[in-house]
Parts: sequence; C-alpha cells; structure tokens
Amino acid sequence: MSDIGIKTSAASLNAAKPYNYNKRMEPARVIRWTILFLGGVVMVMPIVFMLSTSFKWPHEIYNLMIIPDDPTIENYTYVLEDGRFYKWFINSLIIATITTISAVIFDSLVGYTLCKFRFRGRMIVFVAILSTLMIPTEMLVIPWYLMARDFGWLNSYWGIMFPGVMTAFGTFLMKQFFESVPDDFLEAARIDGLNEFQIWWTVAMPLVTPAISALAIFVFLGNWTAFIWPLIVTNDPALYTLPVGLTTFSVEQDVEWELIMTGAALATIPTLIVFLVFQRYIIRGVVMTGLKG
Amino acid sequence: MATVEIKGLVKTFGKTEVLHGIDLAVEDGEFVVFVGPSGCGKSTTLRLLAGLDEVTSGEILIGGNVVNNLEPKERNIAMVFQNYAIYPHMSVRKNIGFGLRTSKMSKADKVTRIDEVAGLLGMTDLLDRKPGQLSGGQRQRVAIGRAMVRDPVVFLFDEPLSNLDAQLRTQMRLEIKKLHQDVGTTIVFVTHDQVEAMTLADRIVIMEDGYIQQVGTPSEVYQNPINMFVAQFIGAPSMNMLPGKKSDVGVVLDTGPTIPLNLNTDASNIMVGIRPNDLTPARDDELALFEGTVLIIEPLGPETLVYVELYDCEVLATVPGRIVPKIGDKIRLKAPEEEIHFFNADTGVVIQ
Repeated sequence: MSDIGIKTSAASLNAAKPYNYNKRMEPARVIRWTILFLGGVVMVMPIVFMLSTSFKWPHEIYNLMIIPDDPTIENYTYVLEDGRFYKWFINSLIIATITTISAVIFDSLVGYTLCKFRFRGRMIVFVAILSTLMIPTEMLVIPWYLMARDFGWLNSYWGIMFPGVMTAFGTFLMKQFFESVPDDFLEAARIDGLNEFQIWWTVAMPLVTPAISALAIFVFLGNWTAFIWPLIVTNDPALYTLPVGLTTFSVEQDVEWELIMTGAALATIPTLIVFLVFQRYIIRGVVMTGLKG
Repeated sequence: MATVEIKGLVKTFGKTEVLHGIDLAVEDGEFVVFVGPSGCGKSTTLRLLAGLDEVTSGEILIGGNVVNNLEPKERNIAMVFQNYAIYPHMSVRKNIGFGLRTSKMSKADKVTRIDEVAGLLGMTDLLDRKPGQLSGGQRQRVAIGRAMVRDPVVFLFDEPLSNLDAQLRTQMRLEIKKLHQDVGTTIVFVTHDQVEAMTLADRIVIMEDGYIQQVGTPSEVYQNPINMFVAQFIGAPSMNMLPGKKSDVGVVLDTGPTIPLNLNTDASNIMVGIRPNDLTPARDDELALFEGTVLIIEPLGPETLVYVELYDCEVLATVPGRIVPKIGDKIRLKAPEEEIHFFNADTGVVIQ
C-alpha cells in the first residue's frame, strides 16, 4: 500500500507541475504570439465597436473611445419599441430556420443517396452538383430573379428562401461524411426490416451529427446574414429580413449608426445561440466513437 | 428453424464471375461453416443468402421456399457482421431491440423479449450502456443478441470473431457453440480460420475461387481430404507435400526414399501428403520413412515443431515437447501407412 501511496503522490506532483513563466521566450514564439494577438484584435474590434456604439448617444458615435462617456440603453429601447425590428427579426428567423431545416434534410438525402447507392449516372449527378459551387452568387442573382418573377414569387417568403433550400456545398459535405458510415450498419438495418428512408433517418443521420451541426451552423448563419438576395427579391418592408431592414436606418433617417449597431448587436444573439447549441453536438459527435473493438 | 438450399448459384460482378454454380443443402438446425482463403466467395455466398446482393442465376431456398426475389427482411434471417454493426448512438437495450422495431409485438412483449435475450447472453446489467462503454466481446454479444431477438429461422455469421483477440475468440467460439446447442437454429457461419471451422461446425464447406471444394464433417475433411487444396487448407500446421513418381515398387519420392505402396491409378506424377503430427521420430529398431537434418525447431510446450531438410526439400514434423532435437542433428522420421495421402500431382485430386 505504501508503495502505491508514494507512486500516486509522485504522479500528482508531476501532474501539478506549474508552467514556468520565467522561461525565456524564443523570438519565433514571440512573433507567433504577436501575430495571433494582432489577428485577434482585428477580429474582435468590430464587435467591440458595435457593442460600444450601441450604448452611445448620437453625438458620441464618431468619437472612437470604446467605453462611452455617458452610456445609454436608449438605443435598445428605441429599437425594441420600434415594431419594424420585431417584424424583420421574425422574418429572418423564419427564413433562416426553414432554410436550415430544409437544407439539412435535402442535402443529407442527396448526399446519402450519392454516397450509399450505386446507380447509373451517379458520378455525373455529383459532379453537376459540385460544379454549381464554381458559380458565384452574384451571377446567379439575375436568373433567380427572373425565375422568381415568372413564378410570381417576388415579395414572398418562398421567394427569399428558394435559392437556399438545398445547397451544393451541403450535399458535398454530407456525402463525404456519409462515407464514414459503415455499410454494415445499413445492411444490418435492412435485414432488420427497415425501409431505406427509416435507415437514413434512424441509422445514418445520428452517425453524422457533427456534419449536420456544421451544416446547420453554416446555413443558418448564411441565411441570417444574407443581404443581396433578400434586398433584390423584396421591396415590401413587411418582408424585409434583419440585415435589409437595418439599412433603412441609414436611408430613411440619415445614417443612424447607433441604431444600426444596436440592431446588429441584437441580431448576433440568435447566431450565438445557434452556434453554442450545435457546437455541443459537433463535440459530442467527435467523442462518439467506438464503432469496433 | 429451417433448411437452406443452394442450387446452381452463380454470382457475377460486372464481367467477373465470383461464384460458379455452387450447390449445397443445409439441414434444419445444422451448423454449417464456410471456410476458405480471402476472395474464395464465402462472404458473397452469405450475402446472397441474406438478400444483400442479387443472385445472377441459380436458386436459394429457405425453409423450402425460393427466396431469390425476397427482400432481406422477408427472409426471416438474422445476420451478425464482422464489425458487429451495433449502433454507437443507441444503448445496448435499443441495439438489441432494434430488430423488433418493425415487429407487431406490444411494447411490453418487446421489453420482455429483450430482457430474455439479454439474460441468455449474460448482458442484463449492461442494457443501459452505450457500445463505446463495452469490450469487444460484449459488443459481439450485443450483435448476437440483436440477431436472436427476432427469433429468425436462420442465423448468418460473417466472420464475427475476427476482430477479437485470441483469448476472447476462443471464449466467444464456445459461447456461439453453446448458443447453437441451446436454441438449435440453423446457422451458416463464414470464417477464414480453419480452427474456428473445425471447432464449430457440424459440417464444413471448403471453398476456393468460387467453387465448393469439399463438404463434410470436420473429421471427414481432415481425415479424407478430396484434393490437395483441402488437404493443405485444413489442419495446422499445413500438410507436408512431397512430389514423387509412381513405379512398380511403389511411389519413389523426388527426395530419394520409396514408399512401398501400390497405388491404383494411371497417374505417374504423385504428390505424397503427410501431416506434421503423423510424421514422428523413429526409434533405432524401427523402419524410417525419411532421414534428414534438423533445420529449425519451434518449441510449443506440449510439442515441438521440427523443420527437417530432406535433400533439397523441407518437411515439418511434430515431436513430443520433451524431445528437443538440436539444429544440425540427423533425425529419422516415420509415418503410419494409413495416414499417408496420395494425390494426382497434375489434377490435385486424391488417389484412393
């Protein structure tokens, strides 16, 4: 017993060994840290200024101090009491949520089919889908607009959503992740009497949770922050999404930066929630291993 | 329980024919093991039985009914996969009960059935665990449990023990055999391990290159292999093969000695097969078959494997563990006449 005791305490001492802060830092390490620090500042500063400006009075906004002299929550009160903000917020939420659900389902279905079924022309379909990734959104906006106009989808939720209900990137991502699902799992379910849809839903989908989470984050954020397409396809303020609506603060009543920044600060809340929720699943998915002994 | 019949089964992948018209009848409740080297078609045959691949031609009958066009679920079979195929996101209970998802049983009956199977496999305490928290042997048991829970008429096992370590493999082998004795369901088992085949099977099916080479009980295929492939594949270490020529006095081995047996065959090129454990040291007063020089020794405890050089070839003999010859020693070896196998060296077929 005493031996074990000694070993344990030695191990604990070893584990608890403190980091030597006095160790001289190598120049390369200093440069690395400096670059990372500057990168961090560049990334964080816009967010800091957004939050800072949202607590400033209009006369203070061109003053670049981070902490306002006279902080106010007046901007938040104004934005939250303005009925339009809620409308835009709800529009964005509806559009981002529906497109996320739709993209996750359809991208997964297509990715699963392209990955796990053998049929003539499979590779052609896959390459065709992939090739659409090479076309920039700016080029697609005109055909989308013409299509929306001809189908009568202008000024409608569906008009804003339809380009995003299925994505080539998501299909590619899901297909690649489904490659990691062993065929044995699907065949075992087939023998147990499940149909192909049930196999996809109950066996394959839970095994690619990290990919679903990543896709959900990408699609949600993409649609939540989408600006050009919602701006083009709608001219009814009741259908504006949050990014489009926020610009009206600068058009209608000069450039009210404090209100735009307040709206932007509020708009980041759902994205943070989505990220935090799905990030958990990404980590859980990575931890969930142990397919074979 | 049900019989399984395979009639003229052919399977092609593209232009490659991997099964060339095999025939087999598995009795009701029988434990049949398909064994053969990689690529011999044993797993393909199993997948065709399961309905996971389409039959190119021929017929598969389960319980007397042709099942060629039936979906896997309609065949009332269960399969245990090499990688277990248990779902990491589900608990042991859900994994075992997975096969009952499409069953019309009431929820209470399903729970009872899962508990019953878990009890049979000694897994009652593990029902709430996830596969990641189980050992390899326990995962294998979950896979077997999932197969058992539906009470299928045939169990199909696709190399289920190959991912386990040697000790666990022996233990699981015993458990599968015991399980078969308890439930008595027809089992078709695929393995590349001939020891597994010998220990488990009521009958062994030995395959090579998409053909069935021999079907028989473990003792039949070991004692009376019908060709050189079976003779060398079954038994470890492998049978010694010594080339020779038929003559008036018997078979003259290329290495010199003559085996004074008159063979009833037209073949002139003969292959003489002797298992290492039939090749034992001869006493001084006994007539030896060969005399050679010890090249390498491998002590295994109860016995020692001795590699002996005979002129320009090498044979393997098994001697009792207490006899440890030295490298370079001369050794005289004998073999009982009835344990010497003769094959037509040109066709590989046994000479009776």
